[in-house]
Order: sequence, then structure tokens, then C-alpha cells
Amino acid sequence: MTVSLVFLALLMMGFGFWLFRQSLFVQPWVAESAGQLPALTVSRRFTAPRLGLVVFMAVVTSLFALMISAYLMRMAEAPQWELLPQPNLLWVNTGILLIGSLALQSAWEGARREHRGRLQGGLAVGALCTLAFLVGQYLVWRELLAAGYYLDTHPASAFFVIMSVLHALHLIGGLGVVALCLQRVARRTSLAQLVEWTGLCTLYWHFLYVVWLVLFGVLFVGAAPLYALCR
Amino acid sequence: MGEREYDASYQAPPAETGEMELVHAETFIGKYIWSQDAKVIAIQYMLTATAIGLVALALSIVMRLQLGFPDTFSLIDPAEYLQSVSMHGMIMVVYLLTAFFLGGFGNYLIPLMCGTRDMVFPYLNMLSFWFYLVSVLILAAGFFVPGGSTGAGWTLYPPQSISEGTPGVDGGIITMLVSLMVFIAGFTMGGLNYVVTVLQARTRGMTLMRLPLTIWGIFMATVMALLAFPALFVACLMLLFDRLLGTSFFMPEMLGVTQDVAREGGSPVLFQHLFWFFGHPEVYIVALPAFGIVSDLIATHARKNIFGYRMMVWALILIGVLSFVVWAHHMFVSGMNPYFGFLFATTTLIIAVPTAIKVYNWVLTLWRGNIRFTLPMLFAIGFLFTFLNGGLSGLFLGNVTVDVPLSDTYFVVGHFHMVMAVAPILVIFGAIYHWYPKITGRMLNVPLGQIHFWVTFLGTYLIYYPMHFIGLEGVPRRYYAYGETTFISDSVQSLNAFITIAAIVVALAQLLFLFNIVWSYYRGREAGDNPWHATTLEWQTAETPPPHGNFGKELPVVYRWPYDYCVPGVKADFIPQNVPPQAVERDS
Repeated sequence: MTVSLVFLALLMMGFGFWLFRQSLFVQPWVAESAGQLPALTVSRRFTAPRLGLVVFMAVVTSLFALMISAYLMRMAEAPQWELLPQPNLLWVNTGILLIGSLALQSAWEGARREHRGRLQGGLAVGALCTLAFLVGQYLVWRELLAAGYYLDTHPASAFFVIMSVLHALHLIGGLGVVALCLQRVARRTSLAQLVEWTGLCTLYWHFLYVVWLVLFGVLFVGAAPLYALCR
Repeated sequence: MGEREYDASYQAPPAETGEMELVHAETFIGKYIWSQDAKVIAIQYMLTATAIGLVALALSIVMRLQLGFPDTFSLIDPAEYLQSVSMHGMIMVVYLLTAFFLGGFGNYLIPLMCGTRDMVFPYLNMLSFWFYLVSVLILAAGFFVPGGSTGAGWTLYPPQSISEGTPGVDGGIITMLVSLMVFIAGFTMGGLNYVVTVLQARTRGMTLMRLPLTIWGIFMATVMALLAFPALFVACLMLLFDRLLGTSFFMPEMLGVTQDVAREGGSPVLFQHLFWFFGHPEVYIVALPAFGIVSDLIATHARKNIFGYRMMVWALILIGVLSFVVWAHHMFVSGMNPYFGFLFATTTLIIAVPTAIKVYNWVLTLWRGNIRFTLPMLFAIGFLFTFLNGGLSGLFLGNVTVDVPLSDTYFVVGHFHMVMAVAPILVIFGAIYHWYPKITGRMLNVPLGQIHFWVTFLGTYLIYYPMHFIGLEGVPRRYYAYGETTFISDSVQSLNAFITIAAIVVALAQLLFLFNIVWSYYRGREAGDNPWHATTLEWQTAETPPPHGNFGKELPVVYRWPYDYCVPGVKADFIPQNVPPQAVERDS
């Protein structure tokens, strides 16, 4: 559980520090001075959707941190642990998701510069790359199964499937929002309204790309050293 | 003096905070079924939680009849007893308490107390309730699938929960796991709303340090739930894989124990770590909103500012943080490394410090207060006693050497029912008696409420106090019948019969409460806008019950904290949060 605890400790430290600043030297029992209009109290740096996404990403991070904790603990307690091979397709998938993430970044730039074509193209390429990534992940599962890495006999394979399914479900949820953005672009909605939504999609894709990199690292590239560490 | 006298004396400036686009439905279905109004969603949550809670209550009575009078009643067989235990526990902890506090009170109170029109994502909020309802239906479907619901205990420990021979292994465990995952998905939608609304939609002047402690409690509990529920989600998903796809995340090799020999290397203790990483914070997910609400009930009905507001806030936060590092005290007998036991016993005892701070502060708030023994106050004081007594037996169980022999006995049943079942439910009752006038515009009947309080408060002591003694005698929990034993004395059976009778009386008192709720809705005394002369914003609405959008044309502006009761030099014994200093009438 160390991984999850480290994540939680960092999160709580940040939260505690922020709250400390809010509450330090504050005397809540003192009312506003007469004739003075109280100040606005919510942050202008964040909008509600942006803060909502940040909180959601914290929840998703907690989910994957726990998943990785479970993986490491299961690995440590196993009498023997067979590492997974590293199909080349995984590198291709990683590259495709990176292109998808960059395409959404480009779409966001397009929205900010009021360039409708770039926005539309970026969103479409981002969505297509994500779909390609999902198909690629499915092909990796097939490849592993064909090589005899069954779920019931190879826990590493089972962990890969369960983690990649969770990751894929989050991407599919994001694709729904991208589809909504594309629909609004097609309906000639003003670009100013789409800037925030595209920005949120971009942030979410970058986040899920980083999540995938971590999963790729712990499940494949770094699995052998991790196993040695766990033992 | 009421708030109306203030209204005539000043013109509050507009709050000038960002307005929300609300979906004002015109049809009955839009208003009350697919509603996006947080207050309606709150009531939907409360009604659904009450309905499934009554099922769990009925299960507990069936179990008690079996335990109290094993030779008289034959309502259930041993398998059904285990199924009843499991469903009763899970329903009460997750589907009743968590849903009622966060989905119910969270939805009703956050927008009103923060001075906003609604939750920031109303559509997501509506979805959250419908996910919850579906999860409840899936859970209830477990009663009707072949083999019935799961009988693995509410902790669902593998390998037992998915091994042949355990009741409900065919379908019941699957419905339970799927239901929990749907619940968590729904809760995440609601939880995002609660957190973002508190952080991002407070009205002008409502600084964090002017938030009522109710909101602090709900906010911290939601933060904890958002971080802890993923552990349960992961555990359920992996267990589902083990059950359906034959993986061995948790399932060990069990040669010679069952016919299931194909698995190898799975770790049942891993499940326990994941489960309790959720399970212990869950105790505080239920407790923190109760702490917050009880603080406001005590301050309002003792007409006194809460003692040590900042300390109360930081204690809430500290309890929330510490609750993530005590989970393994539920696993002292799991066979984990004994050094862990020492570590977790220490953290468990440390968490008593901020909790004790809260208890002292409640008592000091009551000290020399102008206490009004209203129904909410009775329940708040009842909570103090019950939580303290339940918490003290927790100090025993927090020590490894004491916990090991007591772990599987009725001592634990007595402890957690006092601290985590009765104490929060007393707060739920107190909160309903407190906010019912705002929700419906009518007061609940007082004599009926007093009968409800005294029977529930004293009755629960008669139920759970003897359990501690039965536990000390070594009587194991989760047993259908004890038969002839050398170590269980005859008096234990007499106590069991006594507990059963007390449980039936307490259950009947709850029906009286439900009758009061329905009767008062039609016949109760008109409440007015602020019957308790409270300071918080929900009592300052122009209409009662508040309409969709809560505050009429202008949002309120907040000038002070929510605990200005009996301020020296001020005529009235309370100053609402939205009253500016120049409008306060002072003694001449």
C-alpha cells in the first residue's frame, strides 16, 4: 500500500498547506466591519468544470495507485511470478496515444486562436488516434493470449487486462466529451465557448497518457526490476 | 427577534457572484422524478436509503428472533442467517448511512448553507441518484437470484466469499459486487459535485472559516470517500474477475479444501488490505458528517457559539487524514506481520486525540449554555453519550493483545454498533427533527418524537451494552445457534432473549417515527421560516420550503460566522450570517 499512501500523503500535504494559508491568522468570530462589503471568496483561477476535472483526476489517480499497490503486493507474495513479454505493438500504441494527446493540444490551440479548421481537425485526429489505441490494446491482449499468457494462469496478464480495461474505460468516457465538442463545432457554436471544453479534454488526455506510461512501466518495461525489489 | 426585523432595517447589496443556469422543469416528472434540483435529489436519496434501510432492519429482527429464541422460531436456516448478517451489514453501512449523510444531507444542505442556487453540476447530480437507485435495485435483486444473496459477511473476504459451500456463491456475490461498483460510480458523480460546490460556489463573504461545521464535516467526508472508495472498487473488480474469469488475484491454492485446485498464489490478505483501506475511512465517512451536524445542533439549541471552531475544523481534517493509516487494526488476526500490529495500534490510539478534542469542545459548548431540550438537542446529547461509550470500547480493541481474543466475539458487535451504527443514526434522527421544518414547512410532533428518542436511546443501550458482556464471556459472533457448550453459561441465552425483545421494541419505535414523518407532513404545526432562530443561511430563505434556486432574486451576502448566538451587547440572542453589522440592534 506504500504507493497509495505516498500519493495520499502528497495530496493531503497540498490540501493541508492550502487550508493552512486560508485559516492562518483568521478569526472567524469577528464579523465584517460596518459598511464594508465582504469580499468574493471563491478562486477566480479555477472554473467549476476545471476544478471538477482536477478532483476527478485525483480520484482516478487514487484508483490506479491502489491498483498498482495491489499488483506490487500480489507480486511480492507470489511463490513464483512470470513476467510478461513486451510485444512491439505496445510501443506503437504508446506512440499513437501520444499523437492523440498532441492532436488535442493542437485543437485547443486552434480554439484559442479561433481557428475552426484546426480545432475540428485536432479533435478528429485525437479521437481517431484514441480509437486506434483501443484497438491496439485489444490486439495486445489477443497476442498475449495466443502466446499462452492466460488470465487464470498468469496473474501478470490478468493485471494487464484489468488495468488496461480500466484505462480504456476512462478514455472511452473522454471520447464521449470529444464527440460532443465535435458536434458543437459542426453546429457552428462560438469558439469561445469551446475553448474551455477543449482545454479540459486536452488536460484529461495528457493525464491519461501519463497514466498509461506509468502502467506500461510497471507492467512491462520496469516489471523485472520491480519484481527484484519486491522480493 | 426574528430575521424579518432585520430585513426591514437594511438593504443587503447583491452578492454579485456568478449565476447558474438552472433547468426549471414544468412537468411533474421533470420536477420530482428526473429532477436536477439538489433538494429534490436529497429527498430521493433519503427515501431510497430509508426503504432499503427498513429491509436491513427487518433482517436484523429476523436474526434476533433466531438468536433470542432458537427453539421457538424457525424463520431462517443457517445459510439464510449468514445471508441476513451480510446484507444487513452492507446495507446499513453503505446504502443507508453513507447515502443518507452524503447523498441526503449533502445535497440538501450544501447549496443552501453555502449560499448558492444549486450544485455546480446538476445533471451529474441527478445521474448520481439514479446510479444509486440502480445499485440498490441490483443489491436487492440478490435476494431473488438462484442461491440467494451472499452469505460471506459484509466484508466479503475471499476465498470464502467465492468458494463453493458459501451461501450466495452462484449469483448473490456477483450482484453484491456489481451493485457496489455501480454505487461507487454514482457516488463519484455526487462527490465531485459536493467538493466543487463547496470550493467554488460559495456566496460573497462565505469564507472557508465561516462555513458551518456541518458543511466542513460533509466536505471532509466526501474528500475521504472520493479517495477511499476506489479501494473498494478495485477490490470488487478483482474479486469479480476471480469469481467469473478464474483469475487468482485473491484466490490461493486450496488443495484438499475444496474442489477448486486450479488457482495458485492468490493473496486473501491483499483483499483485506484493500477492503479495509476503504473500510476504516468509511467509519469516518459516516462519522464526520455526524460530527459536523451535531456541532451545529448543539450550538443552535444551546444558544451558544461553538467552542474552538478552528480546532474543530482542524480536528475534522486530522481525523480524516489519520483514518487512512489505521486500516490494519481490523486485521490483527489476519496473520499479517506482527510489527504492523504495533504500528497500527499506535496510529489507532493517536486518532483518539482529535476525536477527544471534538468531544471536549461539544461538552464545553454545552457548558453554561442556554440549553433548550428540543428534539434535535436530545438526539445530539444522546449521540455524545453513545459515541463516547462506543469509542471507549474501541480503545480496548485498538490494542492487539486485547483485540486478538475479543476479535471474533460479541464484544466487537457491541462496540461497532454503538460507535458506528447507533451514534450516527441518532444524529440522522436529530438532523431530521432539526431540518424537517425547512424541508416541509411543518414541525414534527413533539410527544411522538420524545417517545421515539427515549425508546431508541435507552433501547439501544439495552441491546448493545449486554453484548459487551456476552463478548467478554467469549461467545463468538456470526453463529446461527450455540447448542450445548461448556463455556457459554445459561445466562447468556437469557440475555440473548432480553436483547431480542429490546430490539423489537426499538424497531417498533422507528415505525412511530415514520408515522410522525407522514402525519406531520399533513397535520404538523406550521413552522415558519426559522423556527429554531438559527443563524445559518438555509433558515434565511424567503420561502419555506425553499423553491428551486433557493434564494429568490438575490443571493445572500455573508458578514459573519454561523455561531453568533447570545452575543454580548446585542438585543437578539442570534444574528443570522447575512445580517450586516450596521443592522444589528444593540442594547442601549
